[in-house]
Amino acid sequence: MALKFEVLGRFNRARAAQLTLPHYLCQTPLFMPVGTQGTIKGLTKNQLEEIGCQIILGNTYHLALRPTSELIDELGGLHKFMNWPRALLTDSGGFQMVSLLHLADITEKGVTFQSPVDGKPMLLTPEESIQIQNRIGADIIMALDDVVRTTITGPRIEEAMYRTLRWIDRCIAAHKRPNEQNLFGIVQGGLDPVLRDICVRGLVERNLPGYAIGGLAGGEDKDSFWRVVAQCTAALPEDKPRYVMGVGYPLDIVVCSALGADMYDCVYPTRTARFGTALVPEGVLKLKHQAMANDIRPIDPMCECMVCKNYTRAYIHCLVTKDAMGSQLLSYHNLYYMMKLSRDLHSSIVEGRFPEFVCKFLQTMFPKGDVPEWVCNAMEVAGIDISSCCREMRFDVDKSSTL
Amino acid sequence: MKFAVKKGWSNGRARSGVLQLGSCPFPIQTPALLLTTRKGLPPFTSPDLLTSSLPSPDSHLLQFSPLHFLEGISPKTISNIGGLHQMLSLHQHIFAAVPRDSIIALPEHDSTNKYGASFQTPGGRLLIKPAEYVELVSSMKPDFWVTLADEVPAWVSNKRNRTSVDRTLRWLDDCLSLNKESTTIFGSIVGGSSIEERHRCAQEVAQRNVSGYWIGGFGLGESMDERAALLTAVTDNLPEDMPRHVSGLGLPEEVLQGVAAGIDLFDSTYVYHLTLGGFALTFPLERNKGENADYQLSDSGGDGMKINLKATVYRKDTSPIVESCICFTCQNHTKAYLNHLFNVHEMLAQTLLEIHNTHHYLGFFCSIRKAIEEGKFEQFRRNFVESRRDRLFAAASSA
Repeated sequence: MALKFEVLGRFNRARAAQLTLPHYLCQTPLFMPVGTQGTIKGLTKNQLEEIGCQIILGNTYHLALRPTSELIDELGGLHKFMNWPRALLTDSGGFQMVSLLHLADITEKGVTFQSPVDGKPMLLTPEESIQIQNRIGADIIMALDDVVRTTITGPRIEEAMYRTLRWIDRCIAAHKRPNEQNLFGIVQGGLDPVLRDICVRGLVERNLPGYAIGGLAGGEDKDSFWRVVAQCTAALPEDKPRYVMGVGYPLDIVVCSALGADMYDCVYPTRTARFGTALVPEGVLKLKHQAMANDIRPIDPMCECMVCKNYTRAYIHCLVTKDAMGSQLLSYHNLYYMMKLSRDLHSSIVEGRFPEFVCKFLQTMFPKGDVPEWVCNAMEVAGIDISSCCREMRFDVDKSSTL
Repeated sequence: MKFAVKKGWSNGRARSGVLQLGSCPFPIQTPALLLTTRKGLPPFTSPDLLTSSLPSPDSHLLQFSPLHFLEGISPKTISNIGGLHQMLSLHQHIFAAVPRDSIIALPEHDSTNKYGASFQTPGGRLLIKPAEYVELVSSMKPDFWVTLADEVPAWVSNKRNRTSVDRTLRWLDDCLSLNKESTTIFGSIVGGSSIEERHRCAQEVAQRNVSGYWIGGFGLGESMDERAALLTAVTDNLPEDMPRHVSGLGLPEEVLQGVAAGIDLFDSTYVYHLTLGGFALTFPLERNKGENADYQLSDSGGDGMKINLKATVYRKDTSPIVESCICFTCQNHTKAYLNHLFNVHEMLAQTLLEIHNTHHYLGFFCSIRKAIEEGKFEQFRRNFVESRRDRLFAAASSA
């Protein structure tokens, strides 16, 4: 164990905490931007610090390919290689393999795939994934799990869940740096509460430094999504961080935080920036649209970031999709927005005004009161009264005990 | 605008000067470099990095082409925002409007006609008339702007060349008369590769009521050897106490040639092209003759002037691009990291490299100014050219 997790404030299930990692003292809830290949698209480390990024995610699959984990290790680890003074998290490499490679196949041994470099058959085992992550040196490393999309049904889900539990033991055994790097287990089990429960219990028994909720953010309906998150957060230990992988949209982050999750990651803010879309409290702003060509307001008049304080929508409009600078400026703004959201979640919980924050957030995003039903249901379970934001109250009777 | 040549500090035609322009509170020492921009901002360096990581006031001179703004944002909107400085939020920077830039607004002499100048842009071919040009420029309110010119490459016929001078002079007069607000205008001088035409154009422009001179038609295919005489044919006919600005002279040797002919301001896409290709400037800025002898070259993949960061030899190199360089990139990152970024096609590679290359090239201009002030410019120039030759020779023989 190489972390400390101290809860500083609560509102029902939601919690604000201080997460002390080897390289940085973080405050949760927090969003982690994805720096796939050892960099966040176009932003320097100084800009990332200014924006308030605390933990950055690196993709093991990409880094193992180039420049290779051995090289990173030889040069002193990823922190030194990137010159990033704060915290890093690496994923196991499994997800990219399954999603990026056509011929990936999962067996008990590991994930077999065709090397994208020379087509040779290769095998990523739990042991190999941990070794690669040990060499990269991130503060948090992820176990190799057998991840299936929630849109799949049938016995494959059960098989994947049990295999994930078998693999966690192999990951633990292979982990050479438990005093410097924290190995998180990942809860699988699809949308099946029984399977999820078995997986949670199995992982908790291993007494890991933290836990992730995996297998979501892959196209399942929102109603199923929040129920799985709610079930897992209810069952995972209070005193350890909970990380919902692949989330995401600001609305999803607010809901998951209300349900008791602490950490999130997603490519969405930076990816959508490259398509000319800015994140704003009302939702999104598409800078590519012709309407923006003459709009001389900033992207978000309330935003304090360098981009909103200096540039108009009209100018950014003429840059987006044509000049790299457009992507850079929008990425800067979008990440600033996400980190501000993280800071607001943390401080509103600590200062005892979390329900007010949630209401204001929903009112701004849904000014007509058309808050989606899944959000209303989730907030009810979270014990947050959002009746002031909804045009009509909706009642959901199904509150099974696992929630 | 105020410009003064520092008396007593000339070496032949090379001169040292000071430029003071509205927006920038600090005087700019010349000879100086104007940084290339796309729509007013450097191609890869975001504005916060421009102000925080590059030397001041050297990096405050920015060249832009008004043509960049023709698609995407209207002159009226730019006016509503309040002009270029407000739109880009760079209030202490100096913006120079030059229609031609060697990246995305290339003069198309074949399509230029008596109505206007033609340019090849990513959006297609554009014909811009003096009236449209003046309207564009007045919405942007740059610190100074150059009049519309008909630039032709070195190989056109004498007739075509003469026409280009006649047109450029006519458009200069058009621009002057259309210029309602009293703005700072540089008169454009062309003339291709004819000494007589260069001479004629310069003399004519010198008679107009302008604040400085822009010398065009270079960097369009003429050889360096023929250029020297053409440059002096122009500068010898211009008043001494007015600034001279040239476009298209990018390489260090070309800059030195321009300085030797009496040029004060240079805009160049050298840094941009280097950055795109992954090349980092490394030539020594200090003029010690001794260090040329034992310059390490072996498998550096470079030529003594620059290195190619994509070369595999840098995969594990944990040193900065230039050991003594104080730019953000050299202070924070290694060649190994940059090599990786280039290999995986990450945008950050160009941002970091543009910062270093700009910083280094601005340092080169600083060395030039120092040499002029010490009365040693010709020697500086000679040393530079010779040591480059030595390094190239050594690189070739060790290959």
